[in-house]
Amino acid sequence: MAEAPMNAPAPGPKPAGPASGVDAGDIQGLVRFGFKHHTEAVFLLLRVRDAAAARAWLAGVPVTSAVDANPVPDSALQIAVTSEGLHALGVSADIVGAFSQEFLDGMAGDPSRARRLGDEGPSDPKYWIWGSGERVPHCAVLLYALPGCLEARRLAIEAQCAAGFELLERLGTTDMGGKEPFGFADGISQPQLDWGLTRPASDRMQYQYTNLSCLGEFLLGYPNEYGLYTPRPLLEPSRDAGGLLPRAPEVPGCSDLGRNGSYLVVRQLRQDVSGFWRALDRYAAGDAAERERLAAAMVGRTRPGQPIVDPSATTLNDFTYGADPDGVRCPLGAHIRRTNPRNADLPDGPSGILSRLIRILGFDAAARGRDLVSSTRYHRLLRRGREYGTAVSLDQALGGAAAATDVGLHFMCLNANNQRQFEFVQNAWIVGNRFNGLHDESDPLLGNRRAGPGGTPSDGFSMPQSGGPARRLSAVPQFVTVAGGAYFFLPGIRALRFLASA
Amino acid sequence: MTPQSQFTVVAPIGKDREPALRQLLATMNKVPGVADPNNASVPFGEFENLHFARFALLDDPTQGDIEAYGVRRPELPSYLAFLGDCDGPSRECLVEIVRRAGPALREIFRHCADFEADGDLLSWMMAHDLPVAANYVNWVGRTVVQIKEERALQRALAAKVDRSAVTSGAAARQRRSELIAFVREEIAAGRLSLTPPSATPLGWRLAKMTNLAAGVVITLIALPVLLLISPLVLVALRFHEDRDPEICPRPDAALLRELQNLEDLDVSNQYTALGSAKPGAFRGALMTVVLAAIQFSCRHVFTRGFLARVQSIHFARWVSIDDRQRVMFVSNYDGGHQAYMDDFINKAAFGLNVVFSNGVGWPHTEWLITKGSRREHYFKYFQRRHQLPTQVWYKAYPGLTLIDLSRNARIREGLEMANPSDAEVLAWLKLL
Repeated sequence: MAEAPMNAPAPGPKPAGPASGVDAGDIQGLVRFGFKHHTEAVFLLLRVRDAAAARAWLAGVPVTSAVDANPVPDSALQIAVTSEGLHALGVSADIVGAFSQEFLDGMAGDPSRARRLGDEGPSDPKYWIWGSGERVPHCAVLLYALPGCLEARRLAIEAQCAAGFELLERLGTTDMGGKEPFGFADGISQPQLDWGLTRPASDRMQYQYTNLSCLGEFLLGYPNEYGLYTPRPLLEPSRDAGGLLPRAPEVPGCSDLGRNGSYLVVRQLRQDVSGFWRALDRYAAGDAAERERLAAAMVGRTRPGQPIVDPSATTLNDFTYGADPDGVRCPLGAHIRRTNPRNADLPDGPSGILSRLIRILGFDAAARGRDLVSSTRYHRLLRRGREYGTAVSLDQALGGAAAATDVGLHFMCLNANNQRQFEFVQNAWIVGNRFNGLHDESDPLLGNRRAGPGGTPSDGFSMPQSGGPARRLSAVPQFVTVAGGAYFFLPGIRALRFLASA
Repeated sequence: MTPQSQFTVVAPIGKDREPALRQLLATMNKVPGVADPNNASVPFGEFENLHFARFALLDDPTQGDIEAYGVRRPELPSYLAFLGDCDGPSRECLVEIVRRAGPALREIFRHCADFEADGDLLSWMMAHDLPVAANYVNWVGRTVVQIKEERALQRALAAKVDRSAVTSGAAARQRRSELIAFVREEIAAGRLSLTPPSATPLGWRLAKMTNLAAGVVITLIALPVLLLISPLVLVALRFHEDRDPEICPRPDAALLRELQNLEDLDVSNQYTALGSAKPGAFRGALMTVVLAAIQFSCRHVFTRGFLARVQSIHFARWVSIDDRQRVMFVSNYDGGHQAYMDDFINKAAFGLNVVFSNGVGWPHTEWLITKGSRREHYFKYFQRRHQLPTQVWYKAYPGLTLIDLSRNARIREGLEMANPSDAEVLAWLKLL
């Protein structure tokens, strides 16, 4: 019996609401909702001016929780803080020090991290509009609103927080109707969170790809894919005299500053829409259908979002690459194949114990060839990005008129472990020019095209063909530049009040 | 075929000599973490049989951990380690290194406590070349010369090949014939060379066969005894596993930064780690048996591109030092550190646990193979805390991963294949 139908992931249970052990009222709404009805959004990046006033505002500001609201509120507000922000607010150094090392270091904190994340050349943090040096934000206020409701809300919030904070940057957003600036449907592939805690908290081999992720992959204080609790600040109860914080599930008696919180990664990605379409037009020698085909090969989806690995798929997120191991239908290096390879813990094969043992010991040569990519379930991201700038049409892009337009994506994602999730995906799967046995190419959309470590080129793109050598594009230009970024902590609401009281 | 070998020259550092030694070693680097292949001291790039080499200071801040096991912390020195992986006998490689870099090596080893300034350098180094408890070579027989020649071949063919779709078997054959002719011309013009493999040394083959026979005989003799005592062993194992302290505090931020600064400067990275062996006869015996089993399987089974599911390790070795009180593990691997550790956790946790759970502080295991490194962050903290900065690191073929090496080798095999089928020709063209 075959283990997995070749092109379908394991069927997951129907999305469930939060289990009784999950306090949705303590979780910021962004973890559960994309706020898609709230098509208007602005992100305020703040620096502490007066710690006492800043704390006073944070102690009382209404934060939208993950509880279902019917009807949806006119607006939603979320709060996230950086490690510099925690220090600036006066949180004890030992408490701050118990957060993850990546969060403490910050996204632009050291050259080795910039190297790992590919933030070099024009994306070097020293050129960033915000996020580096004196321009590291302390706090982010994420404001979402129904159409027409944002402006008044923003003015009110900016006035309220002015005593405690100065405004470092106001990141505006644009509703591009579910498309990112290059014109592709965005946000289709998302992990489904196990709100119902149906996955047992144990460490077991998963033989099929599943889109259902343990809650602990995105929320601290819950078991992750290893059945473990990700490290986070746990406090002696005496540090939490008011009993503001939830208790740590695995350490009886300890107050849990992390529980119901998540790490929020924000990166401002400036997209050269004109450069993208003009380059593809050159590769296609002006043939519109070919241009479209090449663009879809780079992304792994057509512009409306159909996965090219399975043009017959009826649901856009319900497939794997099991039937296309060589990348003939969808190139191995396509953007969505790199960022979500949809594989399981062991290359698929017969389900007998002996066959599995042979694969586990590495003696199955064919399986080894399909075993070059790390198991996907440990590297999922919950994306919450929003587009910004003025949308550029295809005609405008091809005309080159929009070359100077500042348009792009405020990439945002949530995860419980920046190192294993965001940084791994960015380093090994996006920047890595040896992903899945490929060479001389990095992510076709996000790559910085700089020669990689050891002087290896990264500006190619290969499209395997069923007959003969792979078709290769060379000298692919850089389409995306990082213009800002930071690691935030998106605390549980009780944790936010605790931090504001510290 | 030319088999690979390694040298592990380890000597105690003289009192108060460490800062000066660090400074001296740093002069060999192009940037911190990568040696300049043409540096004035030890010009690694000139040794055409040398795959990887490193200098590392073995200064172990975790020595005190053993006190958690009720054992007094022994007084152990800091060492300088000079390691290399070579084609052919390591002695020949050392002779060559001493011949060309003798004065510089003397200058380096002068910082060691027992170095004899007037003595014979080679003899001193050979005397300090420690036996290796277990040694892994990704592909036994693949030489540096071969790797470099095949890289040039791959580049030439990839640039030359016609990438339009192939319509028939005959067309594929035609394309291959043209490429074969092209390679012939390039070789004739001296732009490419494809040195035929050397004959496998008879002594090496005999030693390997003898070792295999001895291993089988010993296993057959020991098996009944092992089966007989296995219940006792398992009881003892579980007793120790329940009781052995787990020591996995978060590594120091400064150490982490120092290590990361040395990483991701090539598609491959280096790893050097040191830890104490658990005290007591049971763990000592278990470690000995396990390392012997690993050495045996690396010699006879895992010689062709993979160590169980892990396909990203070029060379690795375990070396006992201080009369088996401590074990050093070093490796050269492809990809980033995070990916390397995830490979270990997700693909080979059982193998890691079998050996490393005999080390002080390893995350709790059960039945020798479960838990342990699957306890993700405990393991990640543990391994980073035991890792030591590698002051000087050399790789003979920057920019190439094992996947590249094996693809390039297959390209050459396909080029030299006598009567390939249509399918084989097509598969070969795809490699380009």
